[in-house]
Amino acid sequence: MVNLSPISATQGVLPVTYGTLELCEICPDHITSLAAYRGQSDALSAALKSAHGMALPAVNRVTGRDGARAIWFGASVVLVGPAPDASLAQHAAVVDLSDGWCQLRLSGDRIDDVLARLAPVDLRWANFGRGHVARSQLVHANVAYHRLSETAVDIYGFRSMVHSIVHEITRAMASVHAFGHQ
Amino acid sequence: MRIKCPICGDRDMREFYYQGAAVMLDRPAPGAGDQVWDDYLHNRDNPAGDTRELWHHGAGCSEWVVVTRNTLTHQISHTALARDVKGASS
Repeated sequence: MVNLSPISATQGVLPVTYGTLELCEICPDHITSLAAYRGQSDALSAALKSAHGMALPAVNRVTGRDGARAIWFGASVVLVGPAPDASLAQHAAVVDLSDGWCQLRLSGDRIDDVLARLAPVDLRWANFGRGHVARSQLVHANVAYHRLSETAVDIYGFRSMVHSIVHEITRAMASVHAFGHQ
Repeated sequence: MRIKCPICGDRDMREFYYQGAAVMLDRPAPGAGDQVWDDYLHNRDNPAGDTRELWHHGAGCSEWVVVTRNTLTHQISHTALARDVKGASS
């Protein structure tokens, strides 16, 4: 088979900026679901640590760093960035989600106001700090939120819904921006 | 209505899918007989008061949650993970 080049899910649509608010797409090389076999969580965590440098995250948390992260995802954990080491498959069901999910990054001074218009959970900085993760909804789409800092959050959503997700986020950005600084 | 997911905490009802009575967790033995299977599959009580029911946190952590809810007041008195109720480890 010929070598195919990956195409961004939001080509020609992102980035979008409103004042200091910006929405862009991050294109990780790989997104992989790791679902530990029964009783294998500790062994999977050790294998992940030795292969990729981070242990399994606790519930609602992440481990790792930009470029190689393990994110709690509910029933499984997703590894974002590197290709999964072969050793992980001894302890977990390893499924390639690279083409199925995409990663968006919302940044700016007033992202809490934007998130408040989109999610039915409290994602304000005081309650949802660095390294916190929430599986919830973005309007009608099921997504995962990962807080990077006071002014940045990553949003993981289905690639098939990314244009709806981008539409909703940019609409909320426009409305927050239109109200100006409080 | 808000449901307290044992993993995610208080979440809006729209994140959940309602399955039905939690009797589905008590699957009879294969040879239990027609009457027992008929009850298990089709016959439900319709109480005015506390019910135990299964909700799926589909827009959240994907866990099945056993919710004890009062049908008169919608007050939720207890929630637990279905896998804990069943004694299945993860």
